[in-house]
Amino acid sequence: MAFGGVVALNDVSLSIPEGSIFALIGPNGAGKTTVFNVVTGVYQPTAGLVRFKSRPLTARPVPDVVARAVPPFITRRIYAGRARHKITGLGVARTFQNIRLFSEMTALENVMVGADARHATSVPGAVLGLPRHRREERQGRERGMELLELVGIADRASATSRALPYGYQRRLEIARALATGPELLLLDEPAAGFNPAEKRDLAALIRKIRDAGFTVLLIEHDMGLVMQISERIAVLDFGQKIAEGGPDEIQADPRVIAAYLGVVDEEVGP
Amino acid sequence: MSRQATEDVSVRIRRLRARAHRAELLRKPLTLASRGAGRLDLSDRVSRGWSTLPRPARWAALALIAAGCYALPNFHPPLINTPGSDFASVLFFPVAVYVLVAIGLNIVVGQAGLLDLGYVAFFAIGAYSMAELGTKSHWNFWEVLPVGVVFAAASGVILGAPTLRLRGDYLAIVTLGFGEIIHRVANNLNSIGGPRGITNIPHPPNINTAVIHFRFGVLDPKPYYWLLLTIIIVVIAAVRRLERSRVGRAWTAIREDEDAAELMGVPTFKFKLWAFAIGATIGGLAGVCFASKVISITPDNFVFQFSILFLAAVVLGGSGNLPGVIVGAVVVGYLPERFRSFQTTRYLWFGAALVVMMVFRPQGLLPARRRQAELRDVAIASGATTGALGAEVPGEDLFEGGDR
Repeated sequence: MAFGGVVALNDVSLSIPEGSIFALIGPNGAGKTTVFNVVTGVYQPTAGLVRFKSRPLTARPVPDVVARAVPPFITRRIYAGRARHKITGLGVARTFQNIRLFSEMTALENVMVGADARHATSVPGAVLGLPRHRREERQGRERGMELLELVGIADRASATSRALPYGYQRRLEIARALATGPELLLLDEPAAGFNPAEKRDLAALIRKIRDAGFTVLLIEHDMGLVMQISERIAVLDFGQKIAEGGPDEIQADPRVIAAYLGVVDEEVGP
Repeated sequence: MSRQATEDVSVRIRRLRARAHRAELLRKPLTLASRGAGRLDLSDRVSRGWSTLPRPARWAALALIAAGCYALPNFHPPLINTPGSDFASVLFFPVAVYVLVAIGLNIVVGQAGLLDLGYVAFFAIGAYSMAELGTKSHWNFWEVLPVGVVFAAASGVILGAPTLRLRGDYLAIVTLGFGEIIHRVANNLNSIGGPRGITNIPHPPNINTAVIHFRFGVLDPKPYYWLLLTIIIVVIAAVRRLERSRVGRAWTAIREDEDAAELMGVPTFKFKLWAFAIGATIGGLAGVCFASKVISITPDNFVFQFSILFLAAVVLGGSGNLPGVIVGAVVVGYLPERFRSFQTTRYLWFGAALVVMMVFRPQGLLPARRRQAELRDVAIASGATTGALGAEVPGEDLFEGGDR
């Protein structure tokens, strides 16, 4: 993935096994959030392909036959990468490194926006108050409350999200992402700014999400958390993957230690 | 320090704190400094009072307000009566027409957050549809109404489809251009009247039922007003439904953070197009009603100035807030008529009134909460706050969000 002359991701290949917790670590600026952005369709990669459950998410290469016959402005449209909301519809959801909640909506409304991704009614149904619309509203509200309870912020469900404490906002983002009904959940630094107790709760929450059948791809800087819950870890540095493996392998890998990990801290543990 | 000295200091600190707290409470009479609620001003109190009313009481209040509106042209209340022009006629145009237009523009600008500087175009399309079909064919008002509305909606989609990928200022310029296009076309296309416009637009057919006798003629503006008021009430009900549904949520999400909304599965382009189409529909509806009352329309009825006036009504009233924009439209439509006695300087006074309003209450008369918060954030970011406890800085919201 290149932005003009800057190569943000250079030959990075990742394969996330279904139902696992996969961590992506690396120094700041290594390209981890760029990976998320490419996967979710925020950027179209300048080279390469993203596949989700064997369905392509990014622009497919145009076959030669077609490229010769049809002008590029048409082929670009046909073979384009998927629209972002369609990618979410296929089952990929994410949270953001800098929280991007809808600040004037309440916590519950934020989650309901996520749940709306699976709803079919549009304007006519809403105006006429059709039964399907009312049913979807009710289901959305129930699902919203369920998810708020799952992440543990149900007590502030009708608080405006800008007024929520920081920890609640991070968890609300996770709830909102889960509401879109994904299979793959991308968490971008979910523990940033958390104290050790909150990190423990977060670890338990992520494990619970994995046990419920989701696949989790995690960007995180807290090595304790990463080593605790991840099954597989990939390490990025300057846009290149320098290592991949289980927690023990990564901790022992000299390249990773040189680039990033440093000495294992006694308090945090392996 | 000795024990006595430390006690003295702590007692003094406590006293100072108590004094500051008392002073703060007494500071501004129009605000409530309630513990844990921050500052509340008049519109907040109104909305809180409203939300605590039980449902039957709310319906009763709304019915009362509606009944009052219906009865209004029959009275000539002393203070708000308009000397120099017929009160009932003013109530129809500009007041009621502006209200309907403001409701439509509120969907585009206030809810979906799409800056539209050419809204008069949809109004014009509705009016010209009524004028053309009414004079050239022999359809009556009720038959032309859906057609005019469909034309306006179609124009909204035609405008939106290629342009809604633009954002912010670029969209504003494009919509401005569209408004101008419609005006120029109306002015230059002689088959629809050119600069002279269209005259002899038919009135709606008289309604003669057992209960109501309405004569839609030149003499009496009241039936028009009642018709438009009924339409407004229906439109308000529909818009309210939309606001509370996934559509309203999607629009709010798009307005707040379009990229995040897209990544959460909101089909942003589709809903932005819907916002445009619905706004255009309502504008066209207003245009159709307008044309059939005034009987003759010219391109000068649809100049750019009106787009800005409509936008002023929305912003003045409280962009994004339905009761707010209704109040704003009433003010913007009504004030110039009230000042008619000032003859040539009435627009000067009107402009001055707008400026004063924006200086002292930029969030609008009845602001949506969001707008107030946005303006607070802008003020804080530019350092425009006063430092004292709770004075201009929002108490809780800001610090709770950043608390770690």
